[in-house]
Amino acid sequence: MAKDELKTGYRLIGTRPDRPDGLDKVTGRARYGADITAPGMLHAAVVRSPHAHARIIKIDASKALALPGVKAVITRADFPTGLTGEDWNLQENTMAGDVALYDGHAVAAVAATTKLLAQDAALLIEVEYEILPHVTDVDAAMAPGAPAIRPGSADPSVPEGMHPNVIRYIDFGHGDLAAGFAAADLVREATYKTEATHQGYIEPHACLGQMGADGRGEMWVCTQGQWYIRRMSAAVLGIEAANLRVTPSEIGGGFGGKTTIFMEPLSLALSKKAGGRPVKLVMSRSEVFRATGPTASTSMDVKIGMKKDGTITAGQVYFRMQGGAFPGMSPISEALQCAFACYDVPALKHEAVEVLANRPKAAAYRAPGSPMAAFAVESMVDELCRELGLDPIATRLKNAARNGSKSSFGPSYNQIGLVESLEAARAHPNYAAPLGPNQGRGVASGFWMNHGGETSVSLAIGEDGTVGVMVGTPDVGGSRASLALMTAETLGIPYENVRVNIVETGALGVNEPTHGSRATFASGKAAVEAARQAIGEMCRRAAAEWGIDADAVEWKDGAAHPAGPNAGKFPPLTIAEIGASMGSTGGPISGHHESVPGGVGASFGAHVVDVEVDPETGRTTVLRYLVVQDAGRAIHPAYVEGQYQGGAVQGIGWALNEEYVYGTDGRLQNSIFLDYRVPVASDLPMIDTVIVEVPNPGHPYGVRGVGETGITPPLPAMASAIAAATGARLRSLPMSPPKVLAAIRAKGRG
Amino acid sequence: MRYHTPKSFDEAAAIAAKADGKTRFLAGGTDVLVQLRAGMVTPDDLIDIKHIAGVSDIARTADGGWRIGVAVSGAELGRHAALCADWPGVIEGMNLVGSTQVQGRATLVGNLCNGSPAADSVPGLIAAGATVTVTGPKGSREVAVEAIPTGPGKTVLAAGEVISAVTLPARGTGGGDAYLRFIPRTEMDIAVVGAAVNLRVVGGRITEARVALGAVAPTVILVPEAAAAIIGTDLNDAALAALTAAAEAAAKPISDKRGTAAFRKEVVGVLARRAALIAFARAKGEAK
Repeated sequence: MAKDELKTGYRLIGTRPDRPDGLDKVTGRARYGADITAPGMLHAAVVRSPHAHARIIKIDASKALALPGVKAVITRADFPTGLTGEDWNLQENTMAGDVALYDGHAVAAVAATTKLLAQDAALLIEVEYEILPHVTDVDAAMAPGAPAIRPGSADPSVPEGMHPNVIRYIDFGHGDLAAGFAAADLVREATYKTEATHQGYIEPHACLGQMGADGRGEMWVCTQGQWYIRRMSAAVLGIEAANLRVTPSEIGGGFGGKTTIFMEPLSLALSKKAGGRPVKLVMSRSEVFRATGPTASTSMDVKIGMKKDGTITAGQVYFRMQGGAFPGMSPISEALQCAFACYDVPALKHEAVEVLANRPKAAAYRAPGSPMAAFAVESMVDELCRELGLDPIATRLKNAARNGSKSSFGPSYNQIGLVESLEAARAHPNYAAPLGPNQGRGVASGFWMNHGGETSVSLAIGEDGTVGVMVGTPDVGGSRASLALMTAETLGIPYENVRVNIVETGALGVNEPTHGSRATFASGKAAVEAARQAIGEMCRRAAAEWGIDADAVEWKDGAAHPAGPNAGKFPPLTIAEIGASMGSTGGPISGHHESVPGGVGASFGAHVVDVEVDPETGRTTVLRYLVVQDAGRAIHPAYVEGQYQGGAVQGIGWALNEEYVYGTDGRLQNSIFLDYRVPVASDLPMIDTVIVEVPNPGHPYGVRGVGETGITPPLPAMASAIAAATGARLRSLPMSPPKVLAAIRAKGRG
Repeated sequence: MRYHTPKSFDEAAAIAAKADGKTRFLAGGTDVLVQLRAGMVTPDDLIDIKHIAGVSDIARTADGGWRIGVAVSGAELGRHAALCADWPGVIEGMNLVGSTQVQGRATLVGNLCNGSPAADSVPGLIAAGATVTVTGPKGSREVAVEAIPTGPGKTVLAAGEVISAVTLPARGTGGGDAYLRFIPRTEMDIAVVGAAVNLRVVGGRITEARVALGAVAPTVILVPEAAAAIIGTDLNDAALAALTAAAEAAAKPISDKRGTAAFRKEVVGVLARRAALIAFARAKGEAK
């Protein structure tokens, strides 16, 4: 078993020290996006389309501009023209051009001396619209007669004859599908649907932008990726990347939703027009729901063949996903890659289309595409298991992807921990807990491929031997702690002697955001390499001091030592001693590493949930919930458990009550947390966790990303638990009480 | 916006009567201030009634009932042992409103005058037979709670009228009440359906009952047919079935973002039945 393969004897890796950001956060000292201020600051407000689809006939800002204290109004006319591709999409989403494409689409913005004044001024900006027909549902958007949202924007991949709202098509597969289905004892097919959900981060988007007439700008912003903000804002505004310095704030959640721009260029454009005064822009919660990026909504066909012994012989999926009125944000590719990733199946066919609809431009949301794919495929696997009387974990083990098996999407798996996770789930007491009336158990597995990405990290030794680490990946889930642990472990010094700082765009090479579960993997790997580089230099300083070859010096326990009796007898030189004398021994000592790290390790997991459903109201209560997942190596186990629990909770919310509700007018009906129903603390039991550790050979300490896989199994696990409790299978999310009660009643009649 | 702090309800009514723009009375502010900050309403006159003597008092009336000031918060009601012993259903409804923080400010009268058919404290008040004192330019009158709301966001109160107190009747012996609401979550939500039952048990049989339903009509409704279904019974299965049917029949709900009409119509019967069982047990001293 994997534990035996682990290097043991780490001093710090796997411990749970205090989090470095804890005191700041509990005392209110941490500075989030909206906490940043600057002298002479103005406040901005945005005028948004109340229509799902409307031509903008005229914008008259004269009344707003006449208000004392109003310093600037901008519309699309204030942005450069001629952009193409995704740059144009970003600009179009930041500020509507000829047509407002969704309820909440920005059409103008104003900067004034106070926030109240800016809001009053926004109400005085008169916009004349010609309302156009709209469509918000994915199936309706590709049906004959649906209004074409952006005709001519389809990719050449789209088969002929499809609606112009279908803009991308992909397919892949392997094996003989017909033979696979023919070999099955039971073949079932069904259609599953999921609604769009929002990441629901607690901190709304906020930024402070400043740009002068010289085109040089500064931005302080709540983001998962300061270089993405820089590149995208520079493109939208037509300025050079190096002229925009972006500093990330502390961040109150992102989950993928803060890896792109929404309103940031507005503050810069307003600032420029207002003579370079800094402009603060803070979204309300309603603006966050209406005008930032939720995930895609989907409609998915699944067909799976299974033998009586549980062997899956063939699988086929056709996914339809809408990600708003802009191409590229429906995660069809990721969804297909994840669909059968947990299984070794001889014949598979994957197809998907991306569809435009009059909704906001979708953004990444924790394992984009994977939860929906899992809802379809894992629900169907459960349906087959129930019909054939098979244990759901045994069946998953029988078909499990293993070390060396070829993945459903092509490459072969290296070291993976799916089997270990399933076995740990089966052995957990939750899987044997007795169930009462109206209670049921659901099981599902899940997958995320994880990501490497552009990474640049620097590290500097202080005069007292303490260490500063500069990283470019904002800390959304504890990466400052995990990076400090890995750095301290490598250098042989106390955890408390390392401070990890998230730095601005001028301080490092380009870093991708904290996305793809990459921060602890990629920035961690780079930090270890940077520490090793510094160790090499410190060994050279010691060698020079002792007059021996650098090769004859070894580093251990935070000090340089002669490598053996032949190297000579010298007392160790500690990192503090080397730091204290570095000015006279060759100057500052630092380490740096930059790369696009390979060796990314995928993370698999298995969830087990027990629910009770009130048969008279359709209300579901989660009784117990177990997350088992392969972390590779849990650097700081408390944070890893937190990621597992957070993923499960977001998935439970998606499964039960979260949804974007659109009226027939195409307006979002529930743009506040009162009616967009995320689970509250009292809705949930403590989420049980088991950390499986099958080390990733591609990372010095065995790390895999752990942030995303956890949101993948809850959707199907909850559906299967509700099916077990009620006998009614729900194939459409959310499984809100009215839908569950209707399904129970339909079963009674059937 | 003009902010007023009258020292009496007569003065408050006089200010409101003279005002010609948008007027709002401010007690806990958990609706008014939220609406103000959200830009939904900007009052021309904001009349803060918390400075009036007695608005924070909970007092026994001469006949053994309760007189509750208009600024008494949900949290204060929930901590008042004697009041909770008399009217647990009224208080549990009020205590479902909002969060712990909101409970520190929110009031019965504010919940009533917000005019929501989903207001959690209103079904319990109506089932209890509570009245409110309405003070206006022509003096004060006593009005049954069920007569106050006239539609979503609307009340019977005329310009210049303000509610100056809530009165709950004497509990007497053998009484019990209960309120249940349906929400998909466990808290921090708006009732999709609500049901309150107040009854009196003498010798094992129900001698009096009032049933009020929330979020199934434009206002909270008093349903005499539902009460009639259980009066004279020992709340046996047949009585419960009749209560369920009467509640369903009285419900005229809509479908909206919070739930479908069919769902509301079915669940209101379930809640009425469950609330009746709790009230019955309380009346017999078998539950708190």
